[in-house]
Amino acid sequence: MMRHLISAADLTRDDAVLILDTAEEMARVADRPIKKLPALRGRTICNLFFEDSTRTRISFEAAEKRLSADVINFAAKGSSVSKGESLKDTAQTLEAMGVDAVVIRHGASGAPYRLATSGWIDAPVINAGDGTHQHPTQALLDAFTMRRRLVGRDAGLGKDLKGKRITLVGDVLHSRVARSNVDLLHTLGAEVTLVAPPTLVPVGVDTWPCDVSYDLDRVLPESDAVMMLRVQRERMNAAFFPTEREYSRRYGLDGERMAKMPEHAIVMHPGPMVRGMEITAEVADSERCTVIEQVANGVHTRMAVLYLLLGGNEPAVTHTRPNDSESK
Amino acid sequence: MSKTLIRGAKVLGGEAQDVLIDGETILEVGTGIEAGDATVVEAEGKILLPGLVDLHTHLREPGREDSETVLTGTRAAASGGYTAVFAMANTFPVADTAGVVEQVYRLGQEGGYADVQPIGAVTVGLEGKKLAELGAMHESAAGVTVFSDDGKCVDDAVIMRRALEYVKAFGGVVAQHAQEPRLTEGAQMNEGVVSAELGLGGWPAVAEESIIARDVLLAEHVGSRVHICHLSTAGSVEIVRWAKSRGIDVTAEVTPHHLLLTDEMVRTYNPVYKVNPPLRTERDVMALREALADGTIDIVATDHAPHPHEDKDCEWAAAAMGMVGLETALSVVQQTMVETGLLTWAAVADRMSVKPAEIGQATGHGRPVSAGEPANLTLLDPAYRGVVDPAGFASRSGNTPYEGRELPGRVTHTWLRGRATLVDGKLA
Repeated sequence: MMRHLISAADLTRDDAVLILDTAEEMARVADRPIKKLPALRGRTICNLFFEDSTRTRISFEAAEKRLSADVINFAAKGSSVSKGESLKDTAQTLEAMGVDAVVIRHGASGAPYRLATSGWIDAPVINAGDGTHQHPTQALLDAFTMRRRLVGRDAGLGKDLKGKRITLVGDVLHSRVARSNVDLLHTLGAEVTLVAPPTLVPVGVDTWPCDVSYDLDRVLPESDAVMMLRVQRERMNAAFFPTEREYSRRYGLDGERMAKMPEHAIVMHPGPMVRGMEITAEVADSERCTVIEQVANGVHTRMAVLYLLLGGNEPAVTHTRPNDSESK
Repeated sequence: MSKTLIRGAKVLGGEAQDVLIDGETILEVGTGIEAGDATVVEAEGKILLPGLVDLHTHLREPGREDSETVLTGTRAAASGGYTAVFAMANTFPVADTAGVVEQVYRLGQEGGYADVQPIGAVTVGLEGKKLAELGAMHESAAGVTVFSDDGKCVDDAVIMRRALEYVKAFGGVVAQHAQEPRLTEGAQMNEGVVSAELGLGGWPAVAEESIIARDVLLAEHVGSRVHICHLSTAGSVEIVRWAKSRGIDVTAEVTPHHLLLTDEMVRTYNPVYKVNPPLRTERDVMALREALADGTIDIVATDHAPHPHEDKDCEWAAAAMGMVGLETALSVVQQTMVETGLLTWAAVADRMSVKPAEIGQATGHGRPVSAGEPANLTLLDPAYRGVVDPAGFASRSGNTPYEGRELPGRVTHTWLRGRATLVDGKLA
């Protein structure tokens, strides 16, 4: 296992499958009356968030606490950062306080990579989303959700997503979720298609290991999973598309479009959803939509990542006897 | 002033000759010249060039003396073999008045390491709205002939047209930083394969090329000459080549870093590679080398842009743009142009001394190495191989993209009007 988790592209197939399998073990912990493992007792993890993100931060925090780690939450707002302190100084300050790992969310692409490679600190760095670059734990939780739904909870153990057809729809240009998913899904053997208006696909996409289409209706019947990406309304001010209505008509997912998908196919969304924009309420609230499962799976997956990065070389649960005092 | 005999140097890379300097002038060039009471510099195997001239230097003074001063910048210049540098106008305050350009000019003279020729801003405060007093700067003691809003593009077509026309009255030239501002909002690196992967805001080649196309047409229309700063794309080369074939009076420069580095370096997210214009692709690098070789691009200019350590020791988006270049320029040109067989040393002298002096009208620089000429000279050892270590730089800043990289060649001596400013690689 690697030391840091910066990009989904850094994961080998075996790394990724190990994380997904470990996440399944972690999921079993969530079914117990006491949802806690002693694995990271005495370790301190800092959630260093330079960008507002309640849901990702809470998900990491839940994962850390279930592994019995001590958690420090650092939000840049109102901190020394807003007074002009550099990333380097902030990180070194935290490390001096004995932090064993840093989970970082930053608005600048590459900030976690800099933190991990510049010699500023020694602690492992986990990327919780950087600019428009990567969000590897999101890709992992998405892959976990797909494997469960499309391969099976038990049947999926040890397996990847070979041959599964995954469609990502929306603002690819500004999406770290899209970049991470394309990398990881490709590693796991899936066939990925991106669907977006041409303005929201980056120049240079032709080297990515995926197909690109501008026509959602044509791709839907051949998709095992359709992931809708959030589209910010402000994008239309920069002429990426004319109006919200036109975007919804051409690239939004409604009940009628969902009906074109194969029976077994699922609808995914990394959240937060913009209902009425990229997804209608009918679809969002349907049985086929996994958005709530994805949230739950996020905790399992992040537990697996933290466990494996912070020293767990052996399977997390199988060989770990539940602490008696805790399980009673 | 005493005499100096440079013995056995390959003048412009040609036959070994002796060059005798007397005072500020070259007294004699030949073979077997008697040393007499002259100081002798043994130069066997070394190359003697006219002192290098940089048309594009940021000396940062006044305003950002934490990154460079006129003194430290000209010491870096001497160290890199330069005898004249043109100081860009984006200082604080901006060099848009006679007062500021005279101050910079005077500081250069007091330092004595290289002639400093200030460049005047085209528009007041580099804001692109209102012409600065170009005539007043020309008539000042600094005698400004080159005008540029470098760092910013004169993007308003009417302002650019007027500037091109106005400076004709006193033989000036406008040096354009070609960057269409709307196409580069939030731009962080070259737009292409790498930016798509890294999620960094793209800086399309067309943002540079569209301005160059517009400006050569404007220059043709009003019958002015225009100079294009730091050309960085294959498309820009094609446009300049076309303009020259039409007889348009355009000159262009390329930086050493655009001759060597590509946007692949940005994968490290190390802001030492963050620069404006951005590093481009391998294809662009090859087109730039070819264009410098065939004369489409006239000169090499460093765009020496010092920044304090803290402005680079951070995440990419927060970092300043620019690289220092004066002390590594000749080595990079040796590696990319001479050792590849694209340029002879005589052609290097043309691209790095003769032509830039001509474009900027730097009197006494870029002259032939012959009797009666001012003794502005650079001696380099092309056989030297060394690893770049910014700790040894004379510049106040160390933001070099070449740290730890082996580069060929080393300037050992520089003479400014007969005075040795660099001796055996050490500032004098």
